[in-house]
Amino acid sequence: MKKSLMFLAAASLCFAMAPTAHAQDKTKACFVYIGPKTDGGWTQAQDVGRMYAQEKLGDKVETQYVESVPEGPDAERVIERFARSGCDIIFTTSFGYMDQTVAVAAKFPDVKFEHATGYKTAPNLTTYNSRFYEGRYIIGQIAGKMSKTGVAGYIASFPIPEVVMGINAFLLGAQSINPDFKLKVVWVNTWHDAGKEADAAKALIDQGVDILTQHTDSAAPMQIAEERGIHAFGQAFDQIEAGPKAQLSAIIDTWGPYYEKQIQAVIDGTWKGGESTWDGLKDGILTMAPYTNMPDDVKKMAEETEAKIKSGELHPFTGPVKKQDGSEWLKDGEVSDDGTLLGMNFYVAGVDDKLPQ
Amino acid sequence: MLIAESILLTIATAATPLLIAALGELVVERSGVLNLGVEGMMVMGAVCGFGAAFVTGSPWIGVGAGILAGVAMAALFALLTLGIAANQVATGLALTLLGLGLSGMVGEPFVGRSGAKMPVLDIPVLSDIPLIGRLIFGQDPIFYASILLVVGVSWFLFRTRAGLTLRSVGDNHGSAHALGIPVLRYRVLAVLFGGACAGLAGAHLSLVYTPQWVENMSAGRGWIALALVVFASWRPWRVVAGAYLFGAVSIGQLHAQALGIGIPSQFLSALPYLATIVVLVLISRNRRLTLINTPACLGQPFVPGR
Repeated sequence: MKKSLMFLAAASLCFAMAPTAHAQDKTKACFVYIGPKTDGGWTQAQDVGRMYAQEKLGDKVETQYVESVPEGPDAERVIERFARSGCDIIFTTSFGYMDQTVAVAAKFPDVKFEHATGYKTAPNLTTYNSRFYEGRYIIGQIAGKMSKTGVAGYIASFPIPEVVMGINAFLLGAQSINPDFKLKVVWVNTWHDAGKEADAAKALIDQGVDILTQHTDSAAPMQIAEERGIHAFGQAFDQIEAGPKAQLSAIIDTWGPYYEKQIQAVIDGTWKGGESTWDGLKDGILTMAPYTNMPDDVKKMAEETEAKIKSGELHPFTGPVKKQDGSEWLKDGEVSDDGTLLGMNFYVAGVDDKLPQ
Repeated sequence: MLIAESILLTIATAATPLLIAALGELVVERSGVLNLGVEGMMVMGAVCGFGAAFVTGSPWIGVGAGILAGVAMAALFALLTLGIAANQVATGLALTLLGLGLSGMVGEPFVGRSGAKMPVLDIPVLSDIPLIGRLIFGQDPIFYASILLVVGVSWFLFRTRAGLTLRSVGDNHGSAHALGIPVLRYRVLAVLFGGACAGLAGAHLSLVYTPQWVENMSAGRGWIALALVVFASWRPWRVVAGAYLFGAVSIGQLHAQALGIGIPSQFLSALPYLATIVVLVLISRNRRLTLINTPACLGQPFVPGR
């Protein structure tokens, strides 16, 4: 029984990985996922993007994916296996796959690689990212309006620039409404542990925060917010079902159109390596869930801010901004360059936490 | 609600699944069987518990389904390791892998859905006592089940004849067999009990702790339960100490972070593991006592007549 089950598992794995016989006619796009495709967050949003591209491009393309690939040596093996098995383009969808993607890209110059949220490129390696901070600035403003205590809680995963940038953008948004706004940060050191995320949410609420936001993958904090009667924001996915009264809005990742565009470029022979795409709200790579559970004036403000960011009138990281230690980062009217944002390793003033280094 | 009261409640919620799963595994190991598949049985309990509660709308049916799922997984383990004397370590690991994969498949329709949550059993008046009222008299039913289990397992193992027999099977299956004790029957029952506990612990995760289904939601708790059994040197009350200590430090470190104490969060995240290991090593420092408590036949296959 066990042997046959394991054989079945092994066989299906081989099947999933093996190149199909007539791969030549179709362009093959392969995806490496950090979590299960049904995580209700980051990876699910990636998979929705993959299916969107598959549906749009139809018979011209064949997509494959491997789920729950840990960052590190395992990732290199999976990426290399994809490269050998005839994938034309490989999307590696987690920051932690960066060095592995670079290593495999160097070995397979004819295969095209796309790495999400990283900053290293090569002649056959392009990076793509979404300006999540634009959404975080908007939800920060909503928090500034909606919070009675003036303190929000932030459940964070790992201290990488992407996450730090999100924390800062949220706080700057909140401070644009209430200059004394404070932020408590709890690092759970995981992307995906519903129990731990729920515990962190409870700890933050017990310490007096009345708005929660998160940079982890499950809807558990939203459920706790609903249970305790406070507000929260959804992450990567619309989490309104987990928090019908709690969710104010959610930042939704919309990768599909980008994947469609890039795979089409491979088919047309116009795909370019060495690029770094960093799209935002205006490109539709992220969208905001409906603004719910808030008064009309707050909703109106959020919609206006969204429109201003889309038109380019407002950049969330515009001076004057002080760092946490009180030193000046951005002068009045100065806008941060993308390089500083992508390598962000400091907090802005008002974060009630010491950044783990 | 007082902050201290709320913290205690959170700790109890975090410790309960560890405690239940560890108690089950303790009985299994006392019978001489090492089942490393706790994580797999737990996650199957979580998905089946949530699924049944979601479909029927009754968390009680969910709990029943979670327990049954754990028992079914354990039965598979028993069939292989006790039926045909397969290697227990390898089979246990396979059981974990099977559980994690199968639960993802079974659980696909339930992702992102909000299900039936286990109600809190609020005992009027008593639950209004400050600080400990809610903790003792206003908890979910699975919490009470965990307390009953501790008392029950402890009483069974050390105060009943069947418990003594079970321990003797774990210590020397050859002699037990020679005395006419049905070794395999005891072991099968112990393994099934362990599966039921792991399934119940899983149901706690998906019906009480975080009432939802997400893939891999056990997130290593089965392995922590396994470690607790060893560090508690196979004594039920020490498992309670270990589970609650682990829960307390896990929750405490989150509060320390939220307070903005300048200790690196990576260190704080490792603290529950460190603290639990240190304390349990300290209390089981007496080597002779530890040896007495360690089941001597742990992990050894038993083939009658050999």
